[in-house]
Amino acid sequence: MRLIQKVGDWFDLRLQLGTPIRETAAHPVPRETASWFYVFGSAALMCFVLQLVTGILLALIYVPSAGEAWNSLQALNHDVALGWFIRALHGWGSNFMVAIVLIHMVQVFLFGAYKFPRELTWIVGVFLLLVTLGMAFTGQVLRFDQDAYWGLGIGASIASRVPVIGPWAVNLMLGGPIIAGATLSRFFALHVFVVPGLLIAFVGLHLLMVLKLGINEWPMPGRIVRRSTYMQEYHELTHKQGVPFVPHAVWRDIFFSGFILLAIAVCAVHFGPFGPGGEPDPTIIQTAPRPDFFFLWLYALLSFLPPAAETPILLLGPAIGILVLLALPFVAGEGEKSWKRRPIAVLTILIIAVALGTLTELAEHTPWSPIMDAWSSEPIPPQYVHGRTALEREGALVFQAKQCHNCHSLNGQGGQRGPALDTVALRLTEDQLIRQVIQGGGNMPAYGKNLSPAETTALVAFLETLHPANQKPARNASQAVVLGESEVPPW
Amino acid sequence: MSTENKISRRTALMKLGVFLNGVVGVFLAVPIVCYLLSPVAREKKVGYESWLSLGGLEQFPTGQTRLATYRNPQVNDWDGETGNIACWVRRVDGQTFQVFAINCAHLGCPVRWFPQSNLFMCPCHGGAYYQDGSRASGPPERGLFQHRYKIENGRLLIKAGEMPTPGQPAANKAGGKPTCA
Repeated sequence: MRLIQKVGDWFDLRLQLGTPIRETAAHPVPRETASWFYVFGSAALMCFVLQLVTGILLALIYVPSAGEAWNSLQALNHDVALGWFIRALHGWGSNFMVAIVLIHMVQVFLFGAYKFPRELTWIVGVFLLLVTLGMAFTGQVLRFDQDAYWGLGIGASIASRVPVIGPWAVNLMLGGPIIAGATLSRFFALHVFVVPGLLIAFVGLHLLMVLKLGINEWPMPGRIVRRSTYMQEYHELTHKQGVPFVPHAVWRDIFFSGFILLAIAVCAVHFGPFGPGGEPDPTIIQTAPRPDFFFLWLYALLSFLPPAAETPILLLGPAIGILVLLALPFVAGEGEKSWKRRPIAVLTILIIAVALGTLTELAEHTPWSPIMDAWSSEPIPPQYVHGRTALEREGALVFQAKQCHNCHSLNGQGGQRGPALDTVALRLTEDQLIRQVIQGGGNMPAYGKNLSPAETTALVAFLETLHPANQKPARNASQAVVLGESEVPPW
Repeated sequence: MSTENKISRRTALMKLGVFLNGVVGVFLAVPIVCYLLSPVAREKKVGYESWLSLGGLEQFPTGQTRLATYRNPQVNDWDGETGNIACWVRRVDGQTFQVFAINCAHLGCPVRWFPQSNLFMCPCHGGAYYQDGSRASGPPERGLFQHRYKIENGRLLIKAGEMPTPGQPAANKAGGKPTCA
């Protein structure tokens, strides 16, 4: 024991770190902050450490070359002992890290921790969120498969819409005229050197400020933050009723981080690594690219924005969002901290969560995309052709052959781009059906040039049969009168 | 010499040193920035596009739209398959063609041709185009990008080499003469 003490003293005389470490460990924190709500920051840090370690391990094998990256990922998955596990840890660690950073941000927002004097801590936190998302996106590119390739194309298309410098921004982003070796190399440099460097710097600043300013106290309704009195009040909270950080608060951090690590490992073992998907060969066009989980909401948004609003929203939206986050501590630097007295804050979180959740859920099903092979893989339900005339059955053939099924579903099968047609005859009269098929409109292409009159007649005859047996199809009553058809209206 | 003088001389030397570093910094910054901007600089000087052959005209029957591929004119050895680019060739009649880039005019995903319904459909966000490349429905604001083409010695040549994106002036110019479906 004495030897250990001697060695320790020898180092401490030279490093002089013992006292500051002891002081940090023992620094008093408000009693109520020793809580399970205060564990997300340390868990995010733990995820980052895991990403650093697994990232370095992957870099031992990975080849950042457009021609070889995909093969090296296959080798990691199949040839290198436990390479699949390291890839899975890195992939799941990334998902957990983004999730925990978001949860941490929500908690900090709802607890009013961004208020005086922790404005800069919040601002650095906003940058940490941005670089974390930057890591997620660049990491998705390094998994150099079809999704990565076409995802880069989407990124380039968005960059090209920046006024004036757009085309240059594309060349700069791709490192050349097309998505190729130079593109992967620069995303490798970003993912491995630039963004992690920023991340480490911001984490350092963030932690330093948490230690210097102290952890945010548990918000009590009615305890108002004022610049003139806050420091004194916080000092009393910590020094009169506070508890030392170690071990009173830290044991929960340690437990939760351990639990998160275990959860990542369990996911990695159970679900395995992410991809890679198909080879990044741009001449293979039978592909439906989709982004990783945390960008799915954006994928849905890009499908739903009206064309005219898309470019301004794409370019200004993120800038405005970031500015709002940065401005928050200056606009609301004082006042009530407790979420119980900040209904708008709670409502904002709920609305954002519901919006992002809904968009993500939609992107899981992509109802806006035609199902490219529905016309040849999804048959017309038998009950829709049973007992029909030859003309109507011919119409069902036209329906399949002209790929109507790719966008319109029958009996729940087929695309959802357009409306389901199971009861279309109730909604549109024969003339309206003909007009819609020939002229299109309402997001439907016009088929006038692609259908012969006979095909149109047959198709509309088939569509006319699509109504429940006990309900009559829509009919143009005045036309019947004019043409002298003596049918008595059903009412 | 007074102490104050000494300090001020050293302060002056320190400032001179900072200035010297600044000058060297600028000298270093210029090549670094040029290096970083080289993808943009090349595009402005030489250009990325050149005339490429898609093969003999007989590969493209009149009235049909076929997938063609070419090796990008500007590639490195390590680009692998990413240097191969696809495009859609529509032979309107004898000498009249339309060559569409594979990239959707919305956000660049690969569009697919459906000869039965004479439509191009995009798998990403649901854009659709008519056979002449004009917009049919969905989020795209415009028709498909077109490559310029010419016919030499029975071969179809196109001007290509850069991924077309919605903001590119070149992509908008290259539409060429509009043809009717």
